[in-house]
Amino acid sequence: MKDIIENYSADFKQLQNINKNDWFAKERQSAFDIFQKTGFPTTRNENWKYTDVKPIARNIFSNISESNVRTDNGEIDSVFFKGLECINLVFINGAYSEEYSDIKNIDGKVVVKNMASALVNDKEILKKHLAKSTDKTLSSFTALNTAFIQDGAYINIPSNINIEKPINITYISKDNTGKFATHPRNLILMGENSKATIIENYVGNDETNYFTNSVTETVLLQGSSLKHYKIQQESANAFHIASLNTSQSKDSRFESHSISIGGALVRNNINASLNAEGAEIIMNGFYMTDNTQHVDNHTRVDHLKPHTQSHQNYRGVLNGKSRGVFNGKVVVHPQAQKIEAYQNNANLLLSDDSEIDTKPELEIYADDVKCTHGATVGQLDDDMLFYLRSRAVDEQTARSLLTYAFADEIIKNINFQAIENKLENLIISRLPDSSLIREYV
Amino acid sequence: MLNIKDLYTAVENKKILEGLSLNVKAGEVHAIMGPNGSGKSTLANILAGKDGYQVTKGSVLYEDKNLLELSPEERARKGVFLAFQYPVEIPGVNNIYLLKAALNAIRKHKGEPELDAMEFMSLVKEKMKLVQMNEDLLTRSVNEGFSGGEKKRNEVFQMAILEPKLAILDETDSGLDIDALRIVAEGVNSLRNKERAFILVTHYQRLLNYIKPDYVHVLGKGKIIKSGGPELALELEEKGYDWIN
Repeated sequence: MKDIIENYSADFKQLQNINKNDWFAKERQSAFDIFQKTGFPTTRNENWKYTDVKPIARNIFSNISESNVRTDNGEIDSVFFKGLECINLVFINGAYSEEYSDIKNIDGKVVVKNMASALVNDKEILKKHLAKSTDKTLSSFTALNTAFIQDGAYINIPSNINIEKPINITYISKDNTGKFATHPRNLILMGENSKATIIENYVGNDETNYFTNSVTETVLLQGSSLKHYKIQQESANAFHIASLNTSQSKDSRFESHSISIGGALVRNNINASLNAEGAEIIMNGFYMTDNTQHVDNHTRVDHLKPHTQSHQNYRGVLNGKSRGVFNGKVVVHPQAQKIEAYQNNANLLLSDDSEIDTKPELEIYADDVKCTHGATVGQLDDDMLFYLRSRAVDEQTARSLLTYAFADEIIKNINFQAIENKLENLIISRLPDSSLIREYV
Repeated sequence: MLNIKDLYTAVENKKILEGLSLNVKAGEVHAIMGPNGSGKSTLANILAGKDGYQVTKGSVLYEDKNLLELSPEERARKGVFLAFQYPVEIPGVNNIYLLKAALNAIRKHKGEPELDAMEFMSLVKEKMKLVQMNEDLLTRSVNEGFSGGEKKRNEVFQMAILEPKLAILDETDSGLDIDALRIVAEGVNSLRNKERAFILVTHYQRLLNYIKPDYVHVLGKGKIIKSGGPELALELEEKGYDWIN
């Protein structure tokens, strides 16, 4: 363990030497100190009870992004969304790819750029917001990310601007000379009454053993509305830890769709803070696991003011010896009367050896609230299976079809055709008899 | 076409059918009547291949082959159709796509060419009139949000498209108002022909006012206790099931 921390320490020193006079150096240092002090969480920590990160902690990764890794048009085409015109930011192994990004032709005052250039050119506003909405004591992974910020997306939508084109951020991880970690850091600022759609798409196809440790901070000012899609399709050997932190003002609306399909060991954190009346967050999630995958979705919503709303709906399909975790906590603070909180987690276990730990939690300190939560774990419905088979559908196809239908209950909430199509294809392609299922849906 | 001989079945060791025999020839319509719990639905489910029933004795031959060793999907392809008593809702599976795939699986089995989308849709339009199906229902998920009557009509509509050799209707009349009952019955009547056999499982005589059976059988305690012509149903209506016991 000691030499592992020393490796992070050596990489950190190297990074600090590169950025010697960086205004952010102090912030990095204090974040790294926190990481060094706390180390990786263990399962004794209540927040990590069901997810053992030893496989990550045991590995030595290189933490300095190399900008010489290439991709090609074929790969880019396969990861982009067919028929969807986007503003594109592309990162390859953590480093910004100017070649494949397209941030030209953007509305005058809208800012979409990579974090490395923002750290140099947008100091004043970053000083105000970067690493401000994250609670560094919450997770040492977030501290590690802050210490190693090299690149990511910086998006600033000014007041009253509705940006129609989705902003699509693609993070590609590719075979490299050794094990590597990337620490993508994204900052999204939504001005008053602004509107945007942002996609974070994490992709890796090679057999590489890499570690993605991403953090996204969002600030939504009054009346703004953000649709956020996170699609995690890392390689089968990848580790993926991601945190999404939201801070919402009056009458703002955040819509989060989190889809986890890839990765060996995955943890998605969402920390939502409803800071003013009328703020609303919708959190939809879907995870699909097989073999020995482990996917943990961990959410926390703080209702700090009256008349705030949160709606969570997560679904999972687990197969093989895979394991899923859903741990969602809703905290209703004492002055937060007349809030609405809904939380649901439904799971489909397709094999005897798959496992789900689901733990929806409510902590309520106000007395006039409307809160509901529930969790279900089940298998495919026998009556549905029989009905389909009695209509000449093969048993395996019927199973895949019903599995798909279960997933689609979440996918169709996405309300975004190009993304739905891509995800539906992705899900179908991972089911047995995938070519046959397409006839029925 | 169908030959059931001395059939004994159980569910979790509870005996349900106890020595049932029935012979159905092509072109015939058989009504199976009987009080609740007499095993009517069990018979329908066993013929369609539902899991969970143990056959402890006896045999079922369909076109001279052992029906019981076939999977439900194989039976469907060979022309067995069950109209369900409680058609299940299947969100996410498209009603019309399911039907098209089912029809093409059956046609493929028969060695007939598959229908393309255009051919299929013109067939759908034609058959929809038969049961006065609302077009909106076609593109929905299977049975999702259908009323009880719409579900039953959808079953008969599916039957009209799939043109089975042996159609088993499990209490298709239950839960239908008189207009819907007439529509469903007319749909069934229009499908009657020399090659097709029907088994109508029903609790009430009412359905048989509209679909005239060739034979009526009364099921009691797991076997057929009385058989006769259509007049038997009227007698049952008048005297009740106790009369036979």
